[in-house]
Amino acid sequence: MKLDLGRLTLESLPLHEPIVLVTGVLVAVGGAALLGLVSYFRLWGYLWREWITTIDHKRIGIMYIILGLVMLLRGFADALMMRLQQAVAFGPADGYLPAHHYDQVFTAHGVIMIFFVAMPLVTGLMNFVVPLQIGARDVSFPFLNNFSFWMTVVGAVLVMLSLFIGEFARTGWLAYPPLSGILYSPDVGVDYYIWALQIAGIGTLLSGVNLIATIVKLRAPGMTMMKLPIFTWTALCTNVLIVAAFPVLTAVLALLCLDRYVGTNFFTNDLGGNPMMYVNLIWIWGHPEVYILVLPVFGVFSEVTATFSGKRLFGYSSMVYATVVITILSYLVWLHHFFTMGSGASVNSFFGITTMIISIPTGAKMFNWLFTLYRGRIHFELPMMWTLAFMLTFVIGGMSGVMLAVPPADFVLHNSLFLVAHFHNVIIGGVVFGLFAGIAYWFPKAFGFRLDPFWGKMSFWFWVSGFYLAFMPLYVLGLMGVTRRLRHFDDSSLQIWFVVAAAGAVLILFGILSFLMQVYVSIRRREALRDRTGDPWGGRTLEWSTSSPPPAYNYAFTPIVHDIDAWWDMKHRGYRRPESGFNPIHMPRNTGAGFVLAVLSGVFGFAMIWHIWWMAAAGLVALLAAAIAHTFNYDRDFDITAADVERTEGERTRRLARVPS
Amino acid sequence: MSASAGGPGAASAAPVFLQLDEHAHAEGGSTMLGFWLYLMSDCLVFAALFATFGVLSGSYAGGPSPKELFELPLVAVNTSMLLLSSITYGFAMLATYKGRVGATQGWLVVTALFGLAFVGIELYEFAHMIHEGATPQRSAFLSAFFTLVSTHGLHVSVGLVWMVTLMVQVGRQGLIAANVRRLMCLSMFWHFLDVVWIGVFTFVYLMEMLR
Repeated sequence: MKLDLGRLTLESLPLHEPIVLVTGVLVAVGGAALLGLVSYFRLWGYLWREWITTIDHKRIGIMYIILGLVMLLRGFADALMMRLQQAVAFGPADGYLPAHHYDQVFTAHGVIMIFFVAMPLVTGLMNFVVPLQIGARDVSFPFLNNFSFWMTVVGAVLVMLSLFIGEFARTGWLAYPPLSGILYSPDVGVDYYIWALQIAGIGTLLSGVNLIATIVKLRAPGMTMMKLPIFTWTALCTNVLIVAAFPVLTAVLALLCLDRYVGTNFFTNDLGGNPMMYVNLIWIWGHPEVYILVLPVFGVFSEVTATFSGKRLFGYSSMVYATVVITILSYLVWLHHFFTMGSGASVNSFFGITTMIISIPTGAKMFNWLFTLYRGRIHFELPMMWTLAFMLTFVIGGMSGVMLAVPPADFVLHNSLFLVAHFHNVIIGGVVFGLFAGIAYWFPKAFGFRLDPFWGKMSFWFWVSGFYLAFMPLYVLGLMGVTRRLRHFDDSSLQIWFVVAAAGAVLILFGILSFLMQVYVSIRRREALRDRTGDPWGGRTLEWSTSSPPPAYNYAFTPIVHDIDAWWDMKHRGYRRPESGFNPIHMPRNTGAGFVLAVLSGVFGFAMIWHIWWMAAAGLVALLAAAIAHTFNYDRDFDITAADVERTEGERTRRLARVPS
Repeated sequence: MSASAGGPGAASAAPVFLQLDEHAHAEGGSTMLGFWLYLMSDCLVFAALFATFGVLSGSYAGGPSPKELFELPLVAVNTSMLLLSSITYGFAMLATYKGRVGATQGWLVVTALFGLAFVGIELYEFAHMIHEGATPQRSAFLSAFFTLVSTHGLHVSVGLVWMVTLMVQVGRQGLIAANVRRLMCLSMFWHFLDVVWIGVFTFVYLMEMLR
């Protein structure tokens, strides 16, 4: 009997594409080496017990960040390939990437950078920081948190798989129909796109629900909403946006999926379908998505600015209201992504004006940070440097955004490299800089030692100068009318700009390598960089009151909050850390169910992509059965005994005693 | 109630910074809020499908229109099945609060039978329409119709699987706190589907017949 593998044949492997083949072989060899090392050092049991099945929000947060950084390497490799292609493919020269490969590269770059780099990094930071900041012991639904993470991983794995088995979408990162419909994209690329995003999207949605419930329900006593640390406020707004926006993405991708698999006519050109409805729906998700990414890093900048200026954040209330206003307005601007649809002057005016209005609360935030710096005692540590670079860079990106918000200007700039420069300006200058600030800021909390400042500064200067070199030429090219996603150019007078941009990308490469070097050097020098106090920066919020890294239960005693900067208040009003009288602590138990469910989802998704119907059916049935079986497990938590708490806290007491005062 | 804090030696006037004699929080204290949040996200899935139906509801592409397809008496019977199931689920919850395992399970059985009847009638309606050539592929209107209505039907079916699971769990463990919480979640889910169906009945069936 022949095994039915649907559309999957030997032809699906990239045997005729040397670039992909070599990458595939290298990844396979590297992966095998990694698995071999894990086996050699007998780490499987440790990984399974301590990481894969963990429901500890701190470890899940760290794993999200590792996922994001790994995927950054892939997404950035795509970026380098594009920059190289565009720098050489002029006139008679055709470059080195064939069109169908180049189109996959720019699609994969966008999808990976948004869904599998920025989202995991942002979610990872929120996961790690939020429960600590509100004085909680974990999130509201620790098992769901683990499940959400593994669903995100499975989505990323499917995207990576498309590199070696079959191909990825050639449609651009939002897969507009009718190009993404079955008629124009008959192969598996768009199916990989759909199933990767659907599976990861479920993870994102559930993690949104989880963090909202956590922030609403698990705040320490005394922490009223207007005493919430500002990062937690921005996390709350971001998760509200996630819960309110991701269902729309799920729905619209499901409809595209039906068009492709069942032959319905939602977005087709005939039988009454309407492709522009897809564009509307996906941007109803897509515009809130950019605020999902940027709001938490606004929170990071707020924490960093206050901490490294040694001052309370200027205008806390206005910061909160600005965040909430941005949250609401982000739903009323989606149409500015396609003014050229032709919806008429009144509709375009409405969306143009709402878009411009968003710059007001954002500007208010910018002034709040400036006034926090004003007359502060500024420490130029790495997180602060990223924050200052952000303030300069983001304002440029914001202003080019306001230009694009003017419909008549947008008709000229739509789909041009000006737009590409704009959104990289706000995403790199905002989200990426903020994530690096956040990672440098909270790294000592997570691991108990600081990141090496020298390599951090190297990374910083390479990134910042590389960013300007790579994207300022794109503004110029866009103003000259060059459109995005082109593989080849005829006008050789443009080439110099692309060469400069490619040089910028190489500088960013050095920035990324320096960051990896920074992590490596920091681990090697961890004893010299050790922080025994738990509060290396003179922090203001609760996470700095516990040890670094925090114990599994976060806080031996739940803190009581009296002030916005709760830990600052505690330090300055005679708080003494208790050294005895500990109680047992009730905690959730680790479980492998989330991992199993996510893997089964991955099997189901892979089978659907390749039309292996028997495997899809089996995967779905197994998924349902495993989910139901999990509900029969009532034994989900345990007590950390008072003796264990006492031992952990005693170790901290001894560490603190070694700190020179 | 939190007692003195700040450790030994802290001045009695110093503010209280720690809960020293903490009581364990009630388990599942976030579940209801979390489930509400999930329901609202599901509501947005339906909102997107309703909006899609609104855009495409006139796109018959030369195919059959609602007036030729819908049989309101059948849909009315179907609607009553779902509404009755909501009432009987309410009785199940009343029995739950009184701690009566048998009555809870009995009302859940009745609820599941009404739900099953609803899904059965819906499948019959679909089969009838497809037999007449009104397939989901025929026009954008029919694509939107089948997707919206069957998404609701799929939810009801998942609710039925959940209900059977809960009946088994209540039978094995009794009405322990975890099971009561699960029954309340399913209750919210079931009533939510009822509300969505009222939207479907109104906007898909009644309003389209008036066009």
